[in-house]
Amino acid sequence: MSKDTVADVGMNRTGIKTSPVDSKDIIAQAEKARPSSPGDAQAIADVRKQYMRESGDGLGRVPPPSSLKGVAKTAVDMLKGGKPTVFIDKLGERLAFERSGVRLYEGALSKLDVFGSWEGGPSRELLTKILDDELSHFALLMEAMEKLGADPTAMTPSADLTSVISMGVPAAISDARTNLRQTMQALLVAELTDNASWEVLIDLARGLGHDSLADRFQLALDAEAEHLALVKGWYAAGVSTEARAPMDSASMPAQP
Amino acid sequence: MALDLFKEKGTPVERQSFTWKDMVRRPYSKMDDDAFTRTRVILMNGIEADALRMKHIFARLNLELRPHLALVRRAEHHQQTLVNWLTPPDQKVIETTLGFEQLAIEVTASVALHEPDPYLAQTYRFGMLEDFDHLYRYSALYDRLEGQDPNNITQSYTDIIPGRPTVVEHRHPLDDLRRPYDCKTADPLSKLHAMTITASEFQTHDYYMTVGPTFTDPVARQLYAEIASIEEQHVTQYGSLMDPGESLLEKWMLHEAMEVYNYYSCLAYESNPRIKEIWQRFVDYELGHLHYVMELFKNLEKRDPAEVLPRTLPEPIAFKEHREFVRKVLSQEVDMRSDGMDYVDKSQLPPDHRTLAYQAQLNSEGSPSETAAAGYTWRPGTELAAKAQRMGSVLEGRRLQ
Repeated sequence: MSKDTVADVGMNRTGIKTSPVDSKDIIAQAEKARPSSPGDAQAIADVRKQYMRESGDGLGRVPPPSSLKGVAKTAVDMLKGGKPTVFIDKLGERLAFERSGVRLYEGALSKLDVFGSWEGGPSRELLTKILDDELSHFALLMEAMEKLGADPTAMTPSADLTSVISMGVPAAISDARTNLRQTMQALLVAELTDNASWEVLIDLARGLGHDSLADRFQLALDAEAEHLALVKGWYAAGVSTEARAPMDSASMPAQP
Repeated sequence: MALDLFKEKGTPVERQSFTWKDMVRRPYSKMDDDAFTRTRVILMNGIEADALRMKHIFARLNLELRPHLALVRRAEHHQQTLVNWLTPPDQKVIETTLGFEQLAIEVTASVALHEPDPYLAQTYRFGMLEDFDHLYRYSALYDRLEGQDPNNITQSYTDIIPGRPTVVEHRHPLDDLRRPYDCKTADPLSKLHAMTITASEFQTHDYYMTVGPTFTDPVARQLYAEIASIEEQHVTQYGSLMDPGESLLEKWMLHEAMEVYNYYSCLAYESNPRIKEIWQRFVDYELGHLHYVMELFKNLEKRDPAEVLPRTLPEPIAFKEHREFVRKVLSQEVDMRSDGMDYVDKSQLPPDHRTLAYQAQLNSEGSPSETAAAGYTWRPGTELAAKAQRMGSVLEGRRLQ
């Protein structure tokens, strides 16, 4: 049977106090030994800098417009002195994030089925609503990219980067050993960055004169702000419910 | 002009040197480089891994060869490092996996098309349809786990559709063994092919065995376990194509020739100039190894390398799409099964056949490959794109336009 509680007392071996005798011995040995090379962590930073200077085109580039209309729009924007690919890159990033978001909420629904919710926790209806919102935002971004003559199926460098940054989120949610409260913690990371990123995208759209797009993006941000408030609330309620729960007596250490 | 293996001496072993900075270079770009650059890096990592594997086994078996093997092996190890470290760190494990399967499909297709021996060619077609199915299963997993489009990795070169379903690929070990070529009569190209595909499949197996448990998703963990088992079958299959009657030195010399051939093929197709330069360098390194072993073959075995090696290298392995060929094989041979060393139609396997019993037992608690791809159809932009388009950018009266 799955456990829907976390942080029960048990045999965790990671701390230094688990092994008083051995730890004393290895600490003494570590203090006696001398490093084979002088310096500090700056040595790693120096090599990083060297590689940064040689990193060429970075992660990759933004694909050229995929339609004649796109070519024309790009040319107009360039004449205005802008770099239209930045907008395409960031649209691709939001698109990828919203699409992946659908999979995250699918994962949350599975956790709900197995572990159930708690007072002040998520309901199936609200999780499904957020999932549908993510899907509709994905649709909105596909539409926006197509209108600008960009290819919405391309992985732009920012889309790639955002997926590297958030790799841990789907990993935490799909782990069979995490429960719905822990899933909320992962979703909080996603929703926080999502909100901030929509804000950046809206500013960028306005700055480039795409006002009608920016207005539509604002509606998406409004929905995302609700998601963030909900997830944060569910998470907080979950943690405090957990803290009030009776200690799992089966996992209490035996009294001496 | 075809490369003359006897005239071209390459770089002598003692002049093959590396530094850590040289081995750890700027990687290729996951998004901007051609999908075949990725597959070439995967292939050559596999070829070098096999060069090491073979040399270690030989060193256990032969004291006289041991120092020679150690010398050449060290260079191969550093070559493998340089090649494998070209993998970009933003390429997720599952994305590299898609590259592994794309490589298996396209390179095995090229080998099947060029293989002069009909039985060996049939074996390559047989295995190709299975790797073809793996690409589809892993694509579904990538789409459903990450919400990402597998075609971002395969770049429209390769179909993403079911092949011979993985669920029926599980065979009794005795139905994975094949008849080896005869080293005295086989075309040298057949030997190079068998070594190439065995090496590639071995690395695929080892990769899945290493990365499978790094996934958190239980279906991903199961799918890697399931497909790693098929890769073990493929190593059994392709490895058994090689004649055990070849001497160790003969096998070693052929392996070096195979390595030259593979780097030479990469060189012929490479579009990234930074990476092309590496393939050229390693063609020369491998020629150095080959000539080192040719000397041993002459001195220790008292035989002429020309008895074994082709004078010039065959046409390079084609790093290109083979969709038409793969579709044809799929339509004609998807229902082939193996019965011992022979290929038969699935209708010819009796219900109590050992492979069917083996398969039924393994799949008796569910099939990860069927689960991962249940109802899956690849679409540009992921399977969610169609759903999103149906839904549109409208929600609860809040029209997002």
